[in-house]
Amino acid sequence: MWDSSMTGLIAQGTLETLYMTLASTLLAYLIGLPMGVLLVTSDSEGIVPMKVLNQVLNIVVNITRSIPFLILLIAVIPLTRMITGTTIGSTATIVPLVIAAAPFIARLVESSIKEVDYGIIEASLSMGASPIQVVTKVMIPEAKPSLIIGAAIATTTILGYSAMAGIVGGGGLGDIAIRFGYYRYETGMMVITVVLLVLIVQLFQEVGMKIAQKQDRRK
Amino acid sequence: MVIKFIKTNKFIRCRRGRNIETEKTSLKPIIEIKDLGKTFRPKSGEVKALDGINLSINQGDIYGIIGMSGAGKSTLVRCINLLEKPTSGSVFIDGQDISKISEKELRTVRYSVGMIFQQFNLLMQRTAEKNILFPLEIAGVDKETAKKRAAELLELVGLPDKAKAYPAQLSGGQKQRIAIARALANNPKILLCDEATSALDPSTTNSILKLLKEINHKLGITIVIITHEMSVVEQICSHVAIIDKSRIAEDGEVEEIFKNPKTEIAKKMIYSEGDQGPVVMGKNTYRVVFDEKSSSDSVMAKMVLETKCLVNILHADMKNIDGFAFGQMVIQLPEDELSAARAINYLRSHQITVEEVSAHVG
Repeated sequence: MWDSSMTGLIAQGTLETLYMTLASTLLAYLIGLPMGVLLVTSDSEGIVPMKVLNQVLNIVVNITRSIPFLILLIAVIPLTRMITGTTIGSTATIVPLVIAAAPFIARLVESSIKEVDYGIIEASLSMGASPIQVVTKVMIPEAKPSLIIGAAIATTTILGYSAMAGIVGGGGLGDIAIRFGYYRYETGMMVITVVLLVLIVQLFQEVGMKIAQKQDRRK
Repeated sequence: MVIKFIKTNKFIRCRRGRNIETEKTSLKPIIEIKDLGKTFRPKSGEVKALDGINLSINQGDIYGIIGMSGAGKSTLVRCINLLEKPTSGSVFIDGQDISKISEKELRTVRYSVGMIFQQFNLLMQRTAEKNILFPLEIAGVDKETAKKRAAELLELVGLPDKAKAYPAQLSGGQKQRIAIARALANNPKILLCDEATSALDPSTTNSILKLLKEINHKLGITIVIITHEMSVVEQICSHVAIIDKSRIAEDGEVEEIFKNPKTEIAKKMIYSEGDQGPVVMGKNTYRVVFDEKSSSDSVMAKMVLETKCLVNILHADMKNIDGFAFGQMVIQLPEDELSAARAINYLRSHQITVEEVSAHVG
């Protein structure tokens, strides 16, 4: 059963998985990071309390987070077609991945920023910092180690989601595992894809932790 | 029986020096608080943190605000730079009512009001030098000028070799020095200290207080110190306000308040200072207050000899303030009313305040 075309398939699957994961993580952070920051600052105890905005954000995040990814994947197909012009392949998968990951990332960012000691924020306010300065010069830099760990968690979670997209022909290692391992009972193929997925998760996790540790000046 | 005599010759010298200084500067209030009130409204009921506060702090003063925990002193200091928005009343900084200005204008005012905290509140992800650069970045000072200023400030607080150290690598005292340097970066007119020495050991506390005094002296910065320790007030403050149950119980010059505390809380705060154990209060217990006239005479000994009244000294605490020893003693007089009355009369005839104490807890 093994030949060079298989190797090529797996190599391509791995690249597709990495592409989907990293591109989705990046795009999801573009939405999730500001959302997370706004969740903290607009809170009634935050530096710029905005009750309505805070409630809206919380509702949006909670609803999106409670929809199982597989269902979301199918539900957003029209939107996916609108944006990418197709519903299969790894680029198409990025759309549901970003929609699912952004609110998740918003929560991760929210909890990282909430870890920053309020005393430090208060001190910067006492020096005349504007809310934007507090966010860019205090909250984000001070939460950096925690934000990096959050990013590693987000990336591995998105990787897991991307494998699920194989069900609807999303490409990547998950797609291969379903097509060969599940529909054709090729156990070898299944094992290889699973091992590769595990290795990639390990890699992301390890790299994330290492960078976070190096950036942490608190000890 | 505890007799404590605090020798503070150095302290006297500094105090005299500062008094001359205060006389030189015009007595223009740099901070004026008028009828300030702050009520917190958590979900359950209302909490009045401050009520009808009036304070006037002159330029060059080192103003102590002292009170028990929960008295409202931390809220009060946060109302001076509007970190807490007062519910009523107004705060004037340099004649400007800052409770009526826009957020943007307020931020500019804050450049000129530095603040330090009990927990230092340094940015943990920045080096000492970059912490000092932080307020300069906020104020938009150009990089070169800012760097120079940071170097000067590190020199001023005595830590030029710690520029590249992260806060986690510094001791508590060093962190507070960096925090002081940071607070001074934008050349403030006022420095607010919120329990700045409460997390430090006694010798570090002394060195930080010394530094604050030096800053007040050298740069003429008005300093407001929030504390629960009378010893801090005693060491460096020129004026003090005693805050109790959301109100100011008493305020004025430190010497005046120490010599002649009028309110219960002031007495409690002043006389409970020191680390004596609980004073046992029995019947016929009297508090005897000495002022500069009486403390040099051996009045107590003479009284015992002349009236033959045996005195039991329960507690004594003498302080050396402005070159005059003064203080208080808690004594127990014999049950025999006649000899007790004789003793009291003797003391009163020597212009010494004697009052019966029932339950003043030491």
